[in-house]
Amino acid sequence: MSIHVRFFASLRERVGCGELEISAQGVANVGDVWRAAVGAELQAPPQTLAALNMEYCALDTPVGDGDEVAFFPPVTGG
Amino acid sequence: MHIALYEQELDPWREITAYQATRLKPGSYGATAVFVGTMRDFHAGEHVSAIELEHYPGMTEKSLAEIAAEAGRRWDIIDLLVVHRYGYITPGAPIVVIAVWSAHRGAANDACRFLIEQLKAYAPFWKKEHTSKGARWVENNTSGH
Repeated sequence: MSIHVRFFASLRERVGCGELEISAQGVANVGDVWRAAVGAELQAPPQTLAALNMEYCALDTPVGDGDEVAFFPPVTGG
Repeated sequence: MHIALYEQELDPWREITAYQATRLKPGSYGATAVFVGTMRDFHAGEHVSAIELEHYPGMTEKSLAEIAAEAGRRWDIIDLLVVHRYGYITPGAPIVVIAVWSAHRGAANDACRFLIEQLKAYAPFWKKEHTSKGARWVENNTSGH
């Protein structure tokens, strides 16, 4: 019963880790994943993007056991 | 359709020539549109000596494949190629190459523009610039227009 959480770029540096596992218990959506993984004291910057299983998603998207959730800043490729 | 990510140096012209020679049937296409993105040595008023390009392995390929598939639905194109670098990159080095082949110029040009704009808006890459004042993350891509 776990969720894999990943952080990229400036958010990875701010949070201080690139990936971790959290328990899926009591975690209903992507916003809950942030709170469970990072803690309430560090709020996600306003432009933060999220992906569920490598697809962009909203913070209220439901999550479950085995999912991968990623948080990252606006993309700057190309 | 071919999508690739390279950590090593990228020669866009060699990629296009090799792909065209092995994957495109001579005589089948009348237009080839190409976009090459190259690293500049300046950004936001600062000299930039290098960038580190981070990406989200797995999601990057998925995102580029979705963008390419959408281009194929919108325009009558024969084939396309997208190669993007990641890792440590210095000024003058190509970062991305996009090539689109079609029967006529309109589809190739329009699809090529669409691919680079969608890539810059959605593909999960992030640039960290090294300047004389230290390293900084690029916060947003500039408008393509």
